[in-house]
Amino acid sequence: MPSPAPLEVHDLTVAYHKKPVLYGIDLTIPQGNLIGIIGPNGAGKSTLIKAVMGLMPVSSGWVKVFGKPYKENCHRVGYVPQRESVDWDFPVSVMDVVLMGRYGHLRLAQRPTKNDHEIARECLEKVKMLPFANRQIGNLSGGQQQRVFLARALAQESDLYLMDEPFVGVDAATESAIITLLRELKARGKTLLVVHHDLPSAKEYFDQLILLNMRLVAFGPTQEVFTSEILQTTYGGRLTILSDVAQTLGAQP
Amino acid sequence: MRWRVPLILLALCFVVPEAAHAARINEISDSTMAERALRFFSFQDPSLRNALIGSMLLGICCGLMGAFLVVRKLSLMGDALSHAVLPGVALGFLWNMSKDPVAIFIGAVVAGLLGAGTVQLIRNTTKHKEDAALGFVLASFFGVGICLFTMIQNLPAGNKSGLDKFMFGQAAALSHGDVMLLGGVTVLAVVAVGLFYKEYRVTSFDAGFARSLGMPVQIFHYSLMLLLAFAIVASLQAVGVVLVSAMLVIPAAAAFLLTDRLGSMLLLSALFGLCSGAFGSFLSFVGRNLPTGPFMVLAAAGVFAAALFFGPRHGILSRWWRQRSHSARIQRENTLKAIYHVLEADEFCRELATVTELAERRRETLEETMRQLAAVRRAGFVTISGDSLSLTPSGWQRACEIVRNHRLWELYLTNAAQIAADHVHEDAENIEHVLGQETVLKLEKRLNYATRDPHGKLIPGLSDIHQAPGAQGRATGFGASQSM
Repeated sequence: MPSPAPLEVHDLTVAYHKKPVLYGIDLTIPQGNLIGIIGPNGAGKSTLIKAVMGLMPVSSGWVKVFGKPYKENCHRVGYVPQRESVDWDFPVSVMDVVLMGRYGHLRLAQRPTKNDHEIARECLEKVKMLPFANRQIGNLSGGQQQRVFLARALAQESDLYLMDEPFVGVDAATESAIITLLRELKARGKTLLVVHHDLPSAKEYFDQLILLNMRLVAFGPTQEVFTSEILQTTYGGRLTILSDVAQTLGAQP
Repeated sequence: MRWRVPLILLALCFVVPEAAHAARINEISDSTMAERALRFFSFQDPSLRNALIGSMLLGICCGLMGAFLVVRKLSLMGDALSHAVLPGVALGFLWNMSKDPVAIFIGAVVAGLLGAGTVQLIRNTTKHKEDAALGFVLASFFGVGICLFTMIQNLPAGNKSGLDKFMFGQAAALSHGDVMLLGGVTVLAVVAVGLFYKEYRVTSFDAGFARSLGMPVQIFHYSLMLLLAFAIVASLQAVGVVLVSAMLVIPAAAAFLLTDRLGSMLLLSALFGLCSGAFGSFLSFVGRNLPTGPFMVLAAAGVFAAALFFGPRHGILSRWWRQRSHSARIQRENTLKAIYHVLEADEFCRELATVTELAERRRETLEETMRQLAAVRRAGFVTISGDSLSLTPSGWQRACEIVRNHRLWELYLTNAAQIAADHVHEDAENIEHVLGQETVLKLEKRLNYATRDPHGKLIPGLSDIHQAPGAQGRATGFGASQSM
């Protein structure tokens, strides 16, 4: 029997105050892919990954991570929340935050070991943030903060990564550094789901795309699903956006 | 962490049981202030010991809990909770018509949790946000509490109930049982925070992430709220309903001004709480039976003010000082630059400039120029004798660097940003003082080691910077050695 898929979502429906945000999502994510989740604002992109991790009450359907309910396999999942979701004035250092990535491997009340510190340092090195290890996190630029979150996810040493808009508010250099890192993870057999809002770069970055607008519009290899027809369905009648995209795409060599 | 052990030890030594059968402090006969102060420090009086130890314990547990409230942005929660416990205190008293600490504690905790639950309920089921919910709970529970208190005062047993101490606090009224209760709560808080420091930190910082790790975030949240309720209720007697929230927020807020690590913030906050508690009970005793709460809060506010003004990093004073020294440096550098310009106008044929020339160039009075030159001399950049002045090697170096920064930046703006040459001066005036060495080297490379700025002036090169003024080659022009 083949090993279970990293993520299987069956008939997932999520509602906020009785209004459905996601409706009947069915997905089976194969291992070792870099997958983008795209769709218009309010399409439920973040909601999808939050619902997978049980951060949001699910109205119906189920989620399995490596063949088991999320709770039983949460140590195999790494998470990068949206950068604005935390208070950056919080009194912690960069190192403290990255060490939080190790907490999933520690028992209740157990303190991080030397080994955990070592791993955290390596992860900081990978995102080129080691020189900032002792800085308070508020004294960083947006791109640096995003890299700290990425280092924390790396420290989780997971097999499935869920990332919520890791490219928001980062400079071009950081963006390309992050995408290189994500490709490296993919090459090591990890599965990555990345919520993304920028269509032109989505085409370039991801092997597969999940197009979402409350319902699952399409899921498949980028060249197959990144068509104007499917994009039109996903983004509805927002022709201004689409023509922008067409322009940008046309401008690309 | 290293700080946990001393904290636990500290807490334990205050909980050493004390016999307390002597007279209440309010019964101590009239004496002078000095005598009372002496008495305070002799620690002879068991009831005085109760008051002091109780106040210090209160400071520790409120400081610890308050630190979490402040970093979780829940400061008002402490206020709402402390007011919400009042009806519980009254009901606890009515239970068997006595000031039984256990009954009052239970009643108050239940009322507090009910208040917290109401806040949650309003927030989740209506369109109101937390602030409106907190305001509602604070006022309405407090109102009910006041009604019940008035009712008790009118009862035959009510007159001697001593419940009035719950309003503004009287550490002197602390019984041995009250102190034991405070000790228990403090130990509980210290142990919980020490043991689950990691969990409390991550759930406070990033609850979503903590939940993704499979942590029971809600349990940690509610355990913190429960500890908070315990701390508030145990402290009521000493500091009073109205001001207990201040003991939660002020020491923590002061600590937050001084550090940017949660561990040291907890420690400092507990320490500030402890000191404020001790100071408050001292003043209250010396001032003859004054309410303790206001004095504790005043002491805490004093600590906060001190942190605000004298904090080494974020303090107003040090920020002012940094700003001042920054603008003084800019002043000095501008003076140096003017000297360079004077020398340059004469094509560097001489080493000496005169103060008069400089004043003319800067369109200043002689006095002003002298004053600024004095600052430059103090920094060791020029030597002055009479009217003539000459740059020291370090002064020469700095002047070259500034002019170089200025001209490189002007060139960069005109070349790379396509800004007209007559629009770049102001921008360069500001940036010349803050360009780092690395940036300058990059700029230079990008500009292809150009030797002239957009106005046709020579950009001093690296070799000029390291040469003394008036050295060979000067007459051939600056930056010539860098030309390619």
